[in-house]
Amino acid sequence: MKKLPNILSKFAPLITITILFSLWELGVRLYGVEPWILPSPLQVANALITSANVLVHHTLTTLMEALLGFMVSIILAITVAFLLTNINWLNKAFYPLLIVSQTIPLITLAILFTIWFGWGLLPKVLVVVLVCFFPITINLINGLNSVDIDQVALFHSMGASSWDTFKMVRFPHALPAFFTGLKISATYSVMAAVVGEWLGAKQGLGYFMTITQKSFAIDKVIAAVVVICIISLILVKIIEIAEYFLIPWNRLNQ
Amino acid sequence: MSEVIVEKVSKTMDDLQVIANISLSVKNGEFVVILGPSGCGKSTLFHIISGLIMPDIGRVYINGSDWTGKTGQVGYMQQKDLLLASKNVQTNIAIPLLLKGEETKLAYKKVQENLADFGLKGFENYYPRELSGGMRQRAALLRTFMFTKDILLLDEPFASLDAITRRKMHLWLKDLCISYNSSVLFITHDIEEALMLADRIYVLSNRPASVKAEFHLNLHNSFSEKELLKIKILSLLE
Repeated sequence: MKKLPNILSKFAPLITITILFSLWELGVRLYGVEPWILPSPLQVANALITSANVLVHHTLTTLMEALLGFMVSIILAITVAFLLTNINWLNKAFYPLLIVSQTIPLITLAILFTIWFGWGLLPKVLVVVLVCFFPITINLINGLNSVDIDQVALFHSMGASSWDTFKMVRFPHALPAFFTGLKISATYSVMAAVVGEWLGAKQGLGYFMTITQKSFAIDKVIAAVVVICIISLILVKIIEIAEYFLIPWNRLNQ
Repeated sequence: MSEVIVEKVSKTMDDLQVIANISLSVKNGEFVVILGPSGCGKSTLFHIISGLIMPDIGRVYINGSDWTGKTGQVGYMQQKDLLLASKNVQTNIAIPLLLKGEETKLAYKKVQENLADFGLKGFENYYPRELSGGMRQRAALLRTFMFTKDILLLDEPFASLDAITRRKMHLWLKDLCISYNSSVLFITHDIEEALMLADRIYVLSNRPASVKAEFHLNLHNSFSEKELLKIKILSLLE
């Protein structure tokens, strides 16, 4: 009796997508919508195959920017979270700035970065860092601060140094929150790189989309969107796998 | 020899006097129970004895030396088991040894030697979350013993356990402390628990906590004597 719902729940996303795409395909055919307004899923799939070579080339560029930015964000987030949770006046001085950095419209900054740093790799990586850095940092800070003070007192009573306490108590305790931040950031990273490319680039998926959009090749624009979705999902999956192995004690939760 | 002397300790926290002029002592191998109403400041007293906080006035002497405001002399177990969720049972118990700079292998070996006594044999690779409440408390107690067997501060260690498990733990703990000749200070607000375990009982007042009375017990106390004592203590606590 229990098996059927299990199988159903496993394939639920696939079924949903199939139904939605079928409706889309049906609608486009039924009403004869022009492909330069809305191509059908099959036309998009066709574009994916025919432009595969070009797409791979641009995807590699975007992926490189996203990963670079993501790595820098992780290092920056760990450093900032460590400093802010350990040094009180630093926390008071910089925490508000951290929030303000997120209220600046991304597009404005992306344009400014292009003006300042040109059309190369750097401005895109900066946009990715700006987007990805915040969720990781905030989650890590929350994780580090939510540690049980009695736990810290116990370590203190056993003569532990503050580095011992950080290493054995605070950091492991914050790891699940840290990974929550990583997952949020991973989904943003590719999108942020594309935004950076959109405003001035010579290659990358964002560049590909601006060109194809201008020539009304909407099937190719959507094909690029599909690629963005897929690589974002893969990034999140990789982080989930890393989480599974790095936080074995948290598995028991699920 | 291991003994603790608390001399005329007072403490005020956030404009609230928590402890008022408490003096008490634990002799070598003695099991002393501190009995008082909930929230009367017993845990603050333990924080002071363990050296985690400074008293406003008064001193704490351990084995004759002044250890006021200095940690590292007594094993301190708080109400919560405070086992690290991220470490397995073996590592959790070995923590005091690892913090003292002992080699990991050697530390684990020492833990292994004690697991059976604490009913944890075969569970060394489990995470705390996988253990029952009683086992977690025993693991926390063994961790405390790993720090030192001489002087132990136990702050309501069995408060979160069910009645049957708690009774079992009492008998077991009492035996353990006798066999290790540990000097124990044990906090509780449960009279039955106090009468079951103690060689001596200090009854504390409501906040600010001060010593209201002191009772000596011995193995020869009859049931009716204990009942009488219980009534006396109850009237004190009201």
